[in-house]
Amino acid sequence: MSLLKINDMTHRFGGLTAVSNLNYELEDGKIYGLIGPNGAGKTTVFNLVSGFYNPSMGEINYNGEVINGMAPHDVASRQIGRTFQNIRLWEDMTVLENIKMSHHFKLGYNLIDVFFKTKKYQTREKEITEEAMELLEVFKLTDLAHERPSSLPYGIQRRVEIARALSLGPKLLMLDEPAAGLSTADVVELIDYIKWVHETFNITIWMIEHQMQVIMSLCDRIKVIDFGQEIADGVPEEIQNNPEVIKAYLGDGAI
Amino acid sequence: MDNAITLVNKKHINLWPAVLGGGALIILGLVLGGVINQYIQTVLMFIGINIILSASLNIVNGYMGEFSCGHGGFMLVGAYTSSILSVLFFTKSPWLGAPLLPPSSAVFLFPLVIIGGGIVAAFAGLLVAIPSFKTRDDYLAIITIAANFIFVSLVNNLEFIGGSRGFMGMKTTIYAMEDVADLPFTLIWTMVFSTLSVFLIRRLMRSTFGKGISSIRHDEISAEIMGVNTNNMKIVAFMVSSGLAGIAGGLFAHVLGFINPSSFNIMKSTECLVMVYLGGMGSLSGSVLSAVVFTFLLEVMRPLQILKWVIIPLMLILLMQFRPEGLMGNRELTDIFPKLKPYFKRRDL
Repeated sequence: MSLLKINDMTHRFGGLTAVSNLNYELEDGKIYGLIGPNGAGKTTVFNLVSGFYNPSMGEINYNGEVINGMAPHDVASRQIGRTFQNIRLWEDMTVLENIKMSHHFKLGYNLIDVFFKTKKYQTREKEITEEAMELLEVFKLTDLAHERPSSLPYGIQRRVEIARALSLGPKLLMLDEPAAGLSTADVVELIDYIKWVHETFNITIWMIEHQMQVIMSLCDRIKVIDFGQEIADGVPEEIQNNPEVIKAYLGDGAI
Repeated sequence: MDNAITLVNKKHINLWPAVLGGGALIILGLVLGGVINQYIQTVLMFIGINIILSASLNIVNGYMGEFSCGHGGFMLVGAYTSSILSVLFFTKSPWLGAPLLPPSSAVFLFPLVIIGGGIVAAFAGLLVAIPSFKTRDDYLAIITIAANFIFVSLVNNLEFIGGSRGFMGMKTTIYAMEDVADLPFTLIWTMVFSTLSVFLIRRLMRSTFGKGISSIRHDEISAEIMGVNTNNMKIVAFMVSSGLAGIAGGLFAHVLGFINPSSFNIMKSTECLVMVYLGGMGSLSGSVLSAVVFTFLLEVMRPLQILKWVIIPLMLILLMQFRPEGLMGNRELTDIFPKLKPYFKRRDL
């Protein structure tokens, strides 16, 4: 069964067609890659799915529900986790507090409970903290629970960000260039880390990445887009040898 | 959670109730004993009102990271609402007629009148909260200034509540209360409300719910992607902030006994801003501290008359030049004096 299904999605920014007639189908439990040259519209596709833009045409179906036109927080609450190219952790909150925010849409108490510190509020806050600590333990981040992200090395911040996205309990995890800005050694670690996440949480992962090492060693299936249009789709070996892809990346003269 | 903390460490006693209760009793004792005169009482009341104002503005400007400069407008809404309620229910006035309730009932109903002003002011806060969905930063700041002007001009033109001549009669309510029991009621309620405000804000900002407000300051996109309904949180932040400003306004009106729209113009909003930035954005103890310092400064500079409006802005310029993070930065008192921590321990959940 497909988890995410995109039908004929087109998105225009004024006169510019950033994504045109894109079809996509993600199946449960696999790792997908979305690649393409700079400005191909990869991040736009991610932003469309996570609700930051509403597609001009087409439909996005997630887990049997049409999600286009929903606000990003509504999409998130339907269990889609996402990270960004640049790390977007809350720098002024501790790692634990960052993780705890994933419960914000299902707090189960309201402002009045906060003001009067009701039983409901206290039990819920306790549960939330415990759940967040459990998750940190799975990620072996317990020691860093009370650190602020800015005091952590970049590689660790990436992991915390992925852990934060997973704290939503997503079925689909979207990673936008997870290897950006990492050193070679960190990239190798990241690959193992994503593999581990995929096996441990048994989720579908969908990633944008420029480093072919990451894409080729992780993805079950890759789609290549250029100027918002699909130019190739297949397993890693097919993509590597596809002349269209090489042309898009290196220009006509390369062939 | 109290049990858990005593189990962990016996030293973790919460000293807040003792400090506040003791302080209030001492002040009350000094007032009743005649040690504190009317003037000092008024200063104390202004300190309380300013604490509410700076702490509540800190929700929006400090914790949420938006720039609201129309706090005076919400104060006005609260001040007028509670004044009208107070005059309508408890006093005999030429144009609102005989009191609807026996004036002595004000002893019990006075806090409700103040809270009523707060509630109406909270809804007035929607006037800024809703534009804040799509507007941010400087543009939102302009909207808040506009809101301030709208409220002031509106009341200026409402002749039936006195227009620009102002509104009075609130003192009669206070006198009616003092007839029942000879206590400094305005001082008591100012202390109660300012303490409550600080505590409510403290609770709010420490809950996961309230962290949704600070998540907007640092990264609104992150907040959305993690499922935080940022529009809802903006409504909460603006409504709580303006509601508390309304409560401050109601108290202000009853302390002075006379209000006119120009008491709540952009000048008042500026005072609130100065206090927030003096204390440090996102620091609740900073807000309280700066409210105290600022009120004292205003009183000390009273002989300078109009010149103080040269000196206060000058202070702001110097502050921004040499200590832009304010007295406390975004730290709390317990961060600066860690030894205090066990005694004022946040009861962690």
